[in-house]
Amino acid sequence: MVNHPSHWRVPQLSFRWWPVFRRNLLVWRKLAIPSLIGNIAEPLIWLVAFGYGMGALVGRVSFEGTEVPYILFLASGSICMSAMNAATFEALYSAFSRMHVQKTWDGIMNAPVSLDDIVLAELLWAGYKAIFTVTAILFVMLALNISHSPKLLVAWLVLLGAGITFSCIALIFNALAKGYDFFTYYFTLFLTPMMFLSGVFFPREQLPELVRLVSAWLPLTAAVELVRPMFMDRWPVDPVRHLLVLAAYAVGAFWIALALTRRRFAA
Amino acid sequence: MTQPLLDAHRLTKRYGDTTVVDDLSFRIDAGECLGVIGPNGAGKTTTIRMCLGLTEPDAGEIHALGLRMPRDALAIKAQLGVVSQFDSLDPDFSCAENLMVYGRYFGMPGPRISERIPRLLEFAALTHKADARPGELSGGMRRRLSLARALVNDPRLLMLDEPTTGLDPQARHLMWERLQVLLQQGKSILLTTHFMDEAERLCNRLLVLDHGRKIAEGRPRDLIAEHLEPDVVEAYGNGALQLAESPLKAYAGRTEVSGETVFFYTEDARPLLEVLGREHPKLRTLHRPSNLEDLFLKLTGRQIREGG
Repeated sequence: MVNHPSHWRVPQLSFRWWPVFRRNLLVWRKLAIPSLIGNIAEPLIWLVAFGYGMGALVGRVSFEGTEVPYILFLASGSICMSAMNAATFEALYSAFSRMHVQKTWDGIMNAPVSLDDIVLAELLWAGYKAIFTVTAILFVMLALNISHSPKLLVAWLVLLGAGITFSCIALIFNALAKGYDFFTYYFTLFLTPMMFLSGVFFPREQLPELVRLVSAWLPLTAAVELVRPMFMDRWPVDPVRHLLVLAAYAVGAFWIALALTRRRFAA
Repeated sequence: MTQPLLDAHRLTKRYGDTTVVDDLSFRIDAGECLGVIGPNGAGKTTTIRMCLGLTEPDAGEIHALGLRMPRDALAIKAQLGVVSQFDSLDPDFSCAENLMVYGRYFGMPGPRISERIPRLLEFAALTHKADARPGELSGGMRRRLSLARALVNDPRLLMLDEPTTGLDPQARHLMWERLQVLLQQGKSILLTTHFMDEAERLCNRLLVLDHGRKIAEGRPRDLIAEHLEPDVVEAYGNGALQLAESPLKAYAGRTEVSGETVFFYTEDARPLLEVLGREHPKLRTLHRPSNLEDLFLKLTGRQIREGG
């Protein structure tokens, strides 16, 4: 047997991801408006229902020593969840359609574009979808007077990074999927618990000690801890640590996703 | 001797305990059409995938266009055109957009692709469908669009994996005609097919694969002359099967039975036809020259293959 290069070898990336990204952009442009409505309607329903509905019951929430309106607390957390969901949907369902159902990736690989660059393009594309959704929601939040902090510009960049991180993680499950049903596990076993453990809806201080320790290392927690203070015109506590957590998840997950995708296509 | 466009040397590929391609060597010279024929599971698609660097051989080497696979996969693919067995056209794009987007994967500048699109559509007889999406096209049109897409980078070598499977005769003939035009333009083609008339019509040389091994190689006519008697008499109808074991056997070099039909392969069919006409006037007979299909069935057997 000759030695095959390992599926775990270093990613070989180049700018050939761009025409693949551009292809996705071109398809999306045809459906951008309906997809925009779909992308922001759900997060806004959450925000309105929980923020104003629950907010009336909860009143103000304690955050780093000050009392803030619940809607502000929720908005700053749920925007992270929106970035996560938008990126995840794109990197699971849409990427899987292109990879497995339409065989788009196979077609691209017959041209001089490597699988590594296709996976990179998909992750950047899902990141783009996330930031597009986030931007739209941010504008609505501005209009609703939830926050006018200039630090939101920095938060916007963090959310782009978070979108990319969640794309990378989702691409692992894309690489493993036999069909769309598989993604339900990812949502019910990973994303939904994470939503409740990362301080999106209530402060993590409410969690039992052990659970809180685990939740401190979740990627969504890192995103929330970075973004939430900026909604209140403050800088996050310990930003380096949270950025490193997000970066570690992104790099680790991309590597795993790429290795598993290579294995899938080598068969 | 000029350097071949593609030279595959002693390729072997295993999946688990199954050897899918077994010590296979072949070459494609400039301007030639090499046909790869073989039953389902013979290793045709795996061979193409290895030539494209999509699957790594367990042993052996592939050189193409002065470069080496898989090390130079991208540089080689920049000069290849590929039509895979299953369509991978973009359903959300029109025909023209499909060509444009695909050209960009080759790093071609937009204006250069735009310039080529009308010619490619014309070549594929799809000018009137430029704005239609693949879902609105017939099977033959979709395959021709796939072919046009494979030509977007003006490749020297085309790899076509069963390009006419599932097409009706009209669509198939149009595809053959287009491929012949490409050969006249000096392109080289690697073609896999299940249609023996297609192989005979298009290919200068044939590679017959079975169980991953090369079992014959040569020009279609030479292969037939080498392996088969020139004439075939088929006999079918009531009592035909008994003939296979009757003294009539002596008139044929070889007899074969398949279903309700007896095949007599012979150097000279006249004596056999006379006896058949005299002694078995009710039998239906067909006298024809032996062809590639006979050769194929002789070499690979008549039993149905898995997935066949």
